[in-house]
Amino acid sequence: MEMPVPNPAIIARKARVVERLQGVLPTDAVIFDEHETRAYECDALTAYKCPPMVAVLPSTTQEVSDVLRICFEEGVPVVPRGSGTSLAGGALPTADSVILGVARMNDVIETDYENRIIRVQTGRTNLSVTGAVEENGFFYAPDPSSQLACAIAGNIAMNSGGAHCLKYGVTTNNLMGVKMVLMDGEIVDVGGGHLDAGGLDLLGLICGSEGQLGVVTEATLRILHKPEGARPVLIGFDDNEVAGACVSDIIKAGVLPVAIEFMDRPCIEATEAFAKAGYPMCEALLIVEVEGSDAEIDHQLALISEIAQRHNPVELRQSKSAEESAKIWLGRKSAFGAMGQINDYMCLDGTIPVSSLPYVLKRIGEMSDHYGLKVGNVFHAGDGNMHPLILFDANKPGDLELCEEFGAEVLKLCVEVGGCLTGEHGVGIEKRDLMHVQYAADDLNAQMGVKDVFDPAWLLNPAKVFPLDASESRRTIKLAAE
Amino acid sequence: MGITSEEALVDAVKAARGPVAVQGGGTRGVPAVGDVLSVAGLNGITLYEPGALTVVAQAGTPVADIEAALAKENQRLAFEPMDHRSLLGTTGEPTIGGVMAANVSGPRRISVGAARDFLLGVRFVDGRGAVIKNGGRVMKNVTGYDLVKLMAGSYGTLGVLSEVSLKVLPRPETQATLVLHGLNDAHGIAALSQALCSPFEVTGAAHSPTDQKTMLRIEGFETSVAYRLGRLRDLLATTGAEMDVHTAKASEDMWHKTRDVAAFQNQEGDIWRVSCKPSDGPALAAGSGAQEWFYDWAGGLIWLRAAPGHDLRSGLGLFDGHATLVRADVQTKARLGMFHPETAGVARLTAGLRAQFDPKGIFNAGLMEQAA
Repeated sequence: MEMPVPNPAIIARKARVVERLQGVLPTDAVIFDEHETRAYECDALTAYKCPPMVAVLPSTTQEVSDVLRICFEEGVPVVPRGSGTSLAGGALPTADSVILGVARMNDVIETDYENRIIRVQTGRTNLSVTGAVEENGFFYAPDPSSQLACAIAGNIAMNSGGAHCLKYGVTTNNLMGVKMVLMDGEIVDVGGGHLDAGGLDLLGLICGSEGQLGVVTEATLRILHKPEGARPVLIGFDDNEVAGACVSDIIKAGVLPVAIEFMDRPCIEATEAFAKAGYPMCEALLIVEVEGSDAEIDHQLALISEIAQRHNPVELRQSKSAEESAKIWLGRKSAFGAMGQINDYMCLDGTIPVSSLPYVLKRIGEMSDHYGLKVGNVFHAGDGNMHPLILFDANKPGDLELCEEFGAEVLKLCVEVGGCLTGEHGVGIEKRDLMHVQYAADDLNAQMGVKDVFDPAWLLNPAKVFPLDASESRRTIKLAAE
Repeated sequence: MGITSEEALVDAVKAARGPVAVQGGGTRGVPAVGDVLSVAGLNGITLYEPGALTVVAQAGTPVADIEAALAKENQRLAFEPMDHRSLLGTTGEPTIGGVMAANVSGPRRISVGAARDFLLGVRFVDGRGAVIKNGGRVMKNVTGYDLVKLMAGSYGTLGVLSEVSLKVLPRPETQATLVLHGLNDAHGIAALSQALCSPFEVTGAAHSPTDQKTMLRIEGFETSVAYRLGRLRDLLATTGAEMDVHTAKASEDMWHKTRDVAAFQNQEGDIWRVSCKPSDGPALAAGSGAQEWFYDWAGGLIWLRAAPGHDLRSGLGLFDGHATLVRADVQTKARLGMFHPETAGVARLTAGLRAQFDPKGIFNAGLMEQAA
C-alpha cells in the first residue's frame, strides 16, 4: 500500500510542535523520542509500519481540544488511535503526523440503569464497558473479537460489529451520544441519553468515519439486561450449499438466533488439529446460538434441529449445558489462532448476500488453486459477513503481494454479487484503493464532501478510506497554500 | 410532474430554478415550499430475499405494498412505522421513501431500533442532479462513510431518495400486552423501566396518564410469551397495581393506536413529540404547559397536546433531548420551527452538510434551518 510522501516542511517544524504540545500536556504525555515513537508505528495490520513524528496521550477532552488546535494551527496531520487493534491500518501513522492516543481516557463517567445507558471516556476497552455493568446483570452488546483490547473510540471510528449483531446490531445501533472534538479544537456534543438525536443524523455519520471527522472523547452507550441464558447447536453438512439453504430456512422460520456462525472444511481441519473441539470432519459446520430461559432455548433449538434434519446433516449436537456450549464454541473461537499456527494469514472482511454463499465459496476455492495459497472461511452466516483467512509466508519474497492480490480479487467478488468490501473492520489503508470497485466518482465525492465540512484542511487521518488519487486534490490544498 | 424513473428525477432536479418541496405520499405534515417534487411514481419492489431478510424498493413504493409482500413471507418492518394520516388529517399514500426520509419509528423502537437502523442502502439525487449510492443490501457494511444514516431523517433536505434497501425481520408467532392500572406518571415510568431492566425482551412500553394504563408488550413463540408475561407480573407485583393481559389481536390493536397517536386524533390543539431520557419524562411533561400527554418508549418519547400556538419548548427549558412540532397550522410551524434549535457547533455542521449536498438550497428550503 502506498502512503503519501511526508511533508518535509512539517517535519522541519517538529521541535516547535513538540514544544507547543508540551505547553498543554503533562511531560510524559508527549512522546517524541525516535525510539519511543516506534511503539505507535503500526496497528494490527503489522505489514505496514511507520513511526509518527510525535505521539500524544491526552487525559481530558480539553487536552484533546488543545492538541488538535495546535496541530490545526501548525498544519500537522493527526492520526487518532484507540487501542491500535485495527486490521485495516486505520491507525497507521505517517512520518509527518501526530498520533493522538486516547488510552489514558478510560473512565466511566456515568452509569444509569434506570435509563439503560452508560457514559464512558472512549479510551475504555469494549469488554470493560460490560465489566462496569455486569454485576448488575447488564452488558454492552457489540462484541468485536478483539473486545478485550479494543477501545470504544476505535469501535466508533470503525462501527465495529461482532458475532452477536444479528440480534443486537453493531456499534451504530447502540451509540446514543458523543462528545467530539473537531480538528480546529471545537468541542461538539451530539445526542445524549435520549433516543434518536435531533436534526440530521450526525451520530450515524460520525460512527464509522474512521477518525476522519473528529476525535470522539466521550460516548453514551445503550446497555441491555443480559438474557437468562444462551446455548448453541452445532450442525455439520456435507455440502456448503445445503448449509446455506439451512441458514436461509432457519431465518425464514421466524427463529432469530443471536448468532449463526459458519466454518468450511479447511477451517474445521485447522481448528480440530489445534483446539480438538471434537468437530465432525465435513464440508460445512454451523453453530447456531439462541437465548432465553432454559425452556425457551430448548424450544428454539428443537425448531432449528427440526429444520436442520430436513437437510440431512452429518452431525447435529444440541448443547444441554454450559460445558457443552463452551466445547461447541471452542473451535470457532480458536479458528484464527489455529490458522495462525499453520502460517501467516490475512483476514478479509467482505459481506455478501447470504444467498450467494455457495457461489462465493466455490469461486474462492478456484482462486485458492490459482494463486497457490490456502484459504479457510469463517463466516457470520446470519448477516453475510465473511472472514476468509488467506495463508501466506511473510518471509517468502512476493508472498504478501500475492496474498494481497488474492484478497483484492475476493473483495471484488463480494461487490460483484451485491455485497461490500468490508463488513466490520473498516477501509483504513487496506481496502482504500478498492473503493473505486464499490463506488463511482460521484459516490466518493459525496463522502469526501462530508469530510470537507468537518475537516476542511483534511488534517485528520487524511490518507485513509479514500483512494489516494481521488483525495489528492483535497489533501494537497493545504500544502499548496503554504 | 409524474416522475417514474431515476433519470426523470435527475432531469427534474437539474431543471429546478427555485425551491422544490420533496415528497413521497405527502402524508407527514411537512410544509411544502415551492413546486412539489414527488417520487410517488417511483414505485415497486425491485428485490425481496426473505432468507436474507432484505428488501429493496423504489422510494415511492407504498408502505402498504411492502408490508403486504412481507406478510406473505411472515416477515415485517420491525420498526413499526407510524401512519400520520389520521392524526394530521392528511390524505395520500405513505411511501417507504417518506418513512425513511422522516425516520419514522413506532413503539418497537425501544427494542429493535429506529427506521434508520433498518436502512441498509440508498440511492438518491443530490442538489446538483448527481445520482449517489451508499451502503448496499447487506446487513453489515462499513465501506466508507454512512450516508445511509445521514439520509434517514434528513426530510429530503440533502437529496431526493430514489431507492432504499431495508432489513426486515420475522413476524413472531404471537404477542400479548400486560396492562397495569392506576399508576401515576412517575410510578408508571418506573414500572416500565423495571420491566426494561429485566431479561424478558419487552417490545413495547407505554404509559397513558389519561386512563392510568401502563402497557408492556411481549412478542415471540406462544409458550415464550406466556412465560415472560408471568415473570413480568411477578416482577411488577411490587407496584401494587392491578394487572390484566390482552392477547393477540387485542394487543395488536392497542399498539396500533399507540403507534398512530390515536388518543389525540380528534382533539383540538397542536401536537408535539418530545424525545428525552425516560426518567426525565414526567417532570418535563408536567412543566411543559401541555394539556394532555402520553408516553411511549418507556417514557423516552412523550406525545403532547398543547394549546394552538403555544411554544412548548419554552416550558421544557434546557433538557437532554429535543421537541418536534408535529401538528400545527402553517404559521405556527413557521414561527416556532418544526425542529428543535441546535447548538451552535451542530448547527454549523448541519448547515455545511446542506451546502455540500444541496448547494442551490432548493430542497425543502428552510425546513431544517435554525429558527433565528
